Amino acid sequence: MSILEHNGAAIIAMAGKDCVAIAADTRMGLRQQTVATDFEKVFKMTDSVFVGLAGLATDVQTLRNTLKFRLALYALREEREIKPDAFAALVSHMLYEKRFGPYFVEPIVAGLKPDGPFLCGMDLLGAPVFTEDFVVAGTCTENLHGMAESMWRPDMSPDELFETVSQCLLSSVDRDAMSGWGAVVHILTPTGVTSKKLKGRMD
Amino acid sequence: FDRRVVRGMETTLGLVGKDFAIVAADRSAARSIVVFKQDEDKVLELDSHKLLGSAGTAADSKAFTEYIQKNVALYEINTGLKLSTAAASNFIRGELATALRRGPYQTNLMLGGFDSAENRASLYYIDYLASSNKVNYGCHGYASNFVLSILDREWKEGLDVEQGVEIIRKCIAELETRFLVSLPAFTIKLVDKDGIRLLNQHRPEVAAA
Repeated sequence: MSILEHNGAAIIAMAGKDCVAIAADTRMGLRQQTVATDFEKVFKMTDSVFVGLAGLATDVQTLRNTLKFRLALYALREEREIKPDAFAALVSHMLYEKRFGPYFVEPIVAGLKPDGPFLCGMDLLGAPVFTEDFVVAGTCTENLHGMAESMWRPDMSPDELFETVSQCLLSSVDRDAMSGWGAVVHILTPTGVTSKKLKGRMD
Repeated sequence: FDRRVVRGMETTLGLVGKDFAIVAADRSAARSIVVFKQDEDKVLELDSHKLLGSAGTAADSKAFTEYIQKNVALYEINTGLKLSTAAASNFIRGELATALRRGPYQTNLMLGGFDSAENRASLYYIDYLASSNKVNYGCHGYASNFVLSILDREWKEGLDVEQGVEIIRKCIAELETRFLVSLPAFTIKLVDKDGIRLLNQHRPEVAAA
């Protein structure tokens, strides 16, 4: 089993009309054994930038702390909050710095720019891919890709987006042993962020 | 990373109750097929209100937990403040994470503590790869395969000390029945607002023999 699948994760981010959603499961396990069902994998960086970290739990926590630290420094120096694309570039750089001894995480950056949603997915070495519809990461990416490809449509409202993202995530994790055991969805709109817990199968 | 070392044979477990936390660990010190001693105390007292149970390579467990204990003491000397359990958990995780890609500590930990500021006990499950989770109960090692189902079934919100100890007793009984590795003795410590007390060095007469 790959080290990226040791703890288990499922993360999906989707774009709507002037809104973006990022959702993740909340399972943390050690291979087949489930340890926690409230493990946070999506973190708020600023009001308009969220990052989802899929992969080895220790690196998820380390990277979350490092990013929090780097953003605090950024805010002090620049006297403003970081923009989504700059943040994605920062994460990509941080990962590639460890090219020959990487962090075992595959991040997803979801943000809201003044002209619309921003989505970026990366592999563990920091290679970014920018999309207009959705990005996925984790142990059941095949499931997530299939669900998202079928269910995504352009210009969804925040409510429609929430419904679509939730159904994509729940159906995908139900066929993956390593992810599931609870889920969280965050919807970013220009007026604010709504976070909801999903009721799914706890197995 | 010593791959020859058999991991998983040692056990540390814990649970939280209404206003206390219990951390227990087995008392065997063994390598391969030889048992060196049966009265090793693997639940270290970090300060007056924190317990750190460890399971794993003896050298790493001892070195790391004692390092943490001294740094927790240093923090109190430097600042005059006691670390909260959450802060201690973050500190421990950070140290393990930094060492992970340098020279990892092969030790799994259960951190139990009582915070007077919040008047609440908490328990943290920290594995050797440096991931930390706040939990209501947990168990490290092969023993977890036997013990977690009992904890899943029996644990509930607001346990009192007697109920908590009874659950631990059931866990140990299950290990005695079904676990291949013989763990005749356990150290069981409790932490609450009054501090730490040793509940039961399970079957001490075995260790003394």
